[in-house]
Amino acid sequence: MGITLLAFYLFAIVAVCSGLFVVLARNPVHSVLWLILAFFSAVGMFILIGAEFVAMILAIVYVGAVAVLFLFVVMMLDVDFVELKGGMAKYLPFGLAIGAVLLIELGLVFGHWNVADNAEALRQSVTPDLAEKHNTIALGSVIYTDYIYLFQASGLILLVAMIGAIVLTLRHRTDVKRQNIQTQMHRDPAKTMEIKNVKPGQGL
Amino acid sequence: MIPVEHYLTVAAILFVTGIFGIFVNRKNVIVILMSIELMLLAVNINLVAFSAHHGDLTGQVFTLFVLTVAAAEAAIGLAILVCFFRNRGTIAVEDVNVMKG
Repeated sequence: MGITLLAFYLFAIVAVCSGLFVVLARNPVHSVLWLILAFFSAVGMFILIGAEFVAMILAIVYVGAVAVLFLFVVMMLDVDFVELKGGMAKYLPFGLAIGAVLLIELGLVFGHWNVADNAEALRQSVTPDLAEKHNTIALGSVIYTDYIYLFQASGLILLVAMIGAIVLTLRHRTDVKRQNIQTQMHRDPAKTMEIKNVKPGQGL
Repeated sequence: MIPVEHYLTVAAILFVTGIFGIFVNRKNVIVILMSIELMLLAVNINLVAFSAHHGDLTGQVFTLFVLTVAAAEAAIGLAILVCFFRNRGTIAVEDVNVMKG
């Protein structure tokens, strides 16, 4: 118990601190790197609670895809980030006030929260015993039987996102030379080639 | 097993950090998008914590769907950002008034 709780506190403190640095870092590249650290700490917390599959998906999707996409965009866009940081001091009190109010509200919910009496009976898909089924197998059997339509719908969402991103960023440049297959195939030897009979010693 | 309240506290702090980030970095869209990712991560932590606490796998299934939507949202958001930067040469949110009537 002791080492688990210690590991949890380590991950929690790292997650909270790196979350704050994401928001406050001067350089957006540093923000992305702090975001990656926050995701990794969340992965650690998920593993501690026994949700290995979600943890691995979080590491692959969030760190491997989303964070790298952010890093790519931040480095690709040539933006003067110092100028964008300018109004930070102006909005700081406002942001702090909103954050404090929200934290107090969440604290109020937290103080008066209890589990319903029939919560045990209302469970949709009970977690099987770990000796019987691993987390990944259990999750897979739940997704592919009870939530198959939602699973397909999420695939559709990803497809739409992919097509949308391609359509938004694709541009047809006009200032480059391209290969035109049609004109290439319809070239006629009679139009493009001329045979000259060159006399010796005279030239053309 | 770690008590569920610990996870809820971390998630609450991360969520508030995300909202704070949106208000503080009002000009920089990239950091706003990152703050939204932080908030979605906090929601995911909540879902997984309750899933483990109640022994119900539905929470973890829902986490996967949230993850899908978050990935799609980041891809589309950054694509719009790249497109906007190409047209305007800046990413300051205050300059976004092309659609203004």
